Amino acid sequence: MNATAFIVIAIITIAGALAAATLPKLIHAALSLVIVFVGIAAYFFLLGAEFVGLVQVFVYVGAVAVLILFTILLTRRDIVSERGINWGGVIVALAVFGGLLWIILNTTSLAVLAPQFEPLTVKQIGESLMTDYVWPLQCVGLVLTVALIGALILVMEEKIER
Amino acid sequence: MSQSLDQIFVSAKQWILSLLSGTPDWVTTIVSILINISALLGVFLTIFALISVLERKILGRMQNRYGPNRVGPFGLFQPVADGIKMLIKEDVVPARADKVVHFLAPILVAATAILTLGVIPYGRNMTPFAIDGGILFFFAVGSTTELAVFMAGWGSNNKFSMLGAMRAIAQMVSYELPLIVTTLPVVMVAGALSPDAIIAAQDGYSFGIVPHWFVTTPWGAAAFILFFVSGLVESNRTPFDVPEGESEIVAGHMTEYSGFKYATFFLAEYFGMFAISGLAVTLFLGGWHAPIAVLQFIPSYIWFFLKLSALLFVYIWIRGTLPRTRVDQIMNFAWKFMLPMAFTCIIAAAVWHYQGRGLAGWLWSLAVITIVYLTLSLLLETKKKFAPRTYRFVE
Amino acid sequence: MTSTLQLFLIVSSALFSIGLLAALSRRHAIFILIGIELMLAAANLNFIAFWRFGSQPQPPVGVMVAIFSIAIAAAEATVGLALVIAIYRHYRSTNVDQLNQLKG
Repeated sequence: MNATAFIVIAIITIAGALAAATLPKLIHAALSLVIVFVGIAAYFFLLGAEFVGLVQVFVYVGAVAVLILFTILLTRRDIVSERGINWGGVIVALAVFGGLLWIILNTTSLAVLAPQFEPLTVKQIGESLMTDYVWPLQCVGLVLTVALIGALILVMEEKIER
Repeated sequence: MSQSLDQIFVSAKQWILSLLSGTPDWVTTIVSILINISALLGVFLTIFALISVLERKILGRMQNRYGPNRVGPFGLFQPVADGIKMLIKEDVVPARADKVVHFLAPILVAATAILTLGVIPYGRNMTPFAIDGGILFFFAVGSTTELAVFMAGWGSNNKFSMLGAMRAIAQMVSYELPLIVTTLPVVMVAGALSPDAIIAAQDGYSFGIVPHWFVTTPWGAAAFILFFVSGLVESNRTPFDVPEGESEIVAGHMTEYSGFKYATFFLAEYFGMFAISGLAVTLFLGGWHAPIAVLQFIPSYIWFFLKLSALLFVYIWIRGTLPRTRVDQIMNFAWKFMLPMAFTCIIAAAVWHYQGRGLAGWLWSLAVITIVYLTLSLLLETKKKFAPRTYRFVE
Repeated sequence: MTSTLQLFLIVSSALFSIGLLAALSRRHAIFILIGIELMLAAANLNFIAFWRFGSQPQPPVGVMVAIFSIAIAAAEATVGLALVIAIYRHYRSTNVDQLNQLKG
């Protein structure tokens, strides 16, 4: 595993995440979120899961990020003045991070080296999607259809009764 | 002889790498990558310069004029003059622009356009970035263009920019669907997502004259036409250039860009056009295979670039012929016609496959496509009668 | 000495905590969605990391779960953003502190 690549991606990803969580302007936060998604996709490439990395870029950068930006534009008149920082959230987040860190560093069974690895081809993924995972695949298709219709109904213009 | 001529660029790269045989592994890797990148950029920047002057000349001929003919022989040095003009222009950034976003947008748009060129096989063993999920990579990176367009529109802080960006994103998102769905039958039939495997699946000839390209099957021909139209929209070319319709919204998302940044947008647009055409050649026109068996002695890359330039000529031809469409017409066309037809192509390809990929399958898939096409045209018939055009003259 | 797997887990837990921070401390509804997306991405990173460092069974379970979770996250984002738009139409605001009525 390439150590330099790991460190560079880690710095970029975490900086992007911090920017996404703390920047005052929504557009900037959404664009930083894109950096995080690309960074995570780079990690997937590093870990040998190229297909998932490509799907990640495709779905998150191509679809979710554009959706978020569109929503920001549609609700632009509402610029929330953030009064101070909500310290409760910061404390909870820090506590969760500390707890997770403590657990990770104290679990001995995690200290394993990466096993010998043969690259995962798209064909293998496709075959298992069509054999062992047919039912989850169909359910995901159903969920996506329902989400599509639901989102359309939610944002459909209501008839103005005056 | 023809074998070595075919592989001349591959051997040249091998020879350069063999000079570095004593150095560690990572040096070889990096040099190999750099060679690929510089070859890609060199070739496509040359094509870009050529096409920018050829487009104006061809358009001129179509409109009964000469086109640029002052700079150099036949006006061939026009791109040099244009480039110098672009470079020495003042770089204006609007005072109330979002500076960082405004600056990053042209970089992102150019980077994605160049990245998408990397996965296309330009000849036998000549794929710069051979990856198992190449087609997916193309679309994943290509979808980032929308983000860049949005950044350009938002960063400029200008009404025209924002309107142009919204139009561009709306039509790109709508046409990305038919674009991707029309590649699915090819991926299904070839059983692979890598461009090399797809080209390998189109090898061979019937009777020595009919190539086994996917465009020779009914579903392939239909998918190719749909893909080409979607490609026109994706690269914002006429008749689908509403995002930058000069007469309505100045230059759309590029309004506030000047000098080199504007040139970058221009370059990215043309590179996107090359990439989409290259992918169309790869998916439907047999990539670097020769059209008839006898002509196989001509090197593979020559065939690829011939096909590419034929497609580019059609792009220019369409630009010289068709007027600009309206935004709502574009959208209706995408959702009501393109998408159902694209799904039909998948079904037709499946029918073709299960009828044994022979004449029977050919006829059956033709029947499927014709039936759906006729049904759709019946359903979409608006019965709208246009009033007879009357002319009023000054008396 | 920490192993590579532990490093991946540390990065993903940092991402998770930042997502939690965004979801808990911001008032704008879209920031909360951004936080949730960050947490989901961190979880995906964990799936892939455990798959890579595990015994790699056939079929590749970790990869499959990650793919499905990306699909579900897309559906979640769609509905969430549609809700944001609907709420904005109704209240003319997306500040979650102001959305304190049950009656419409």
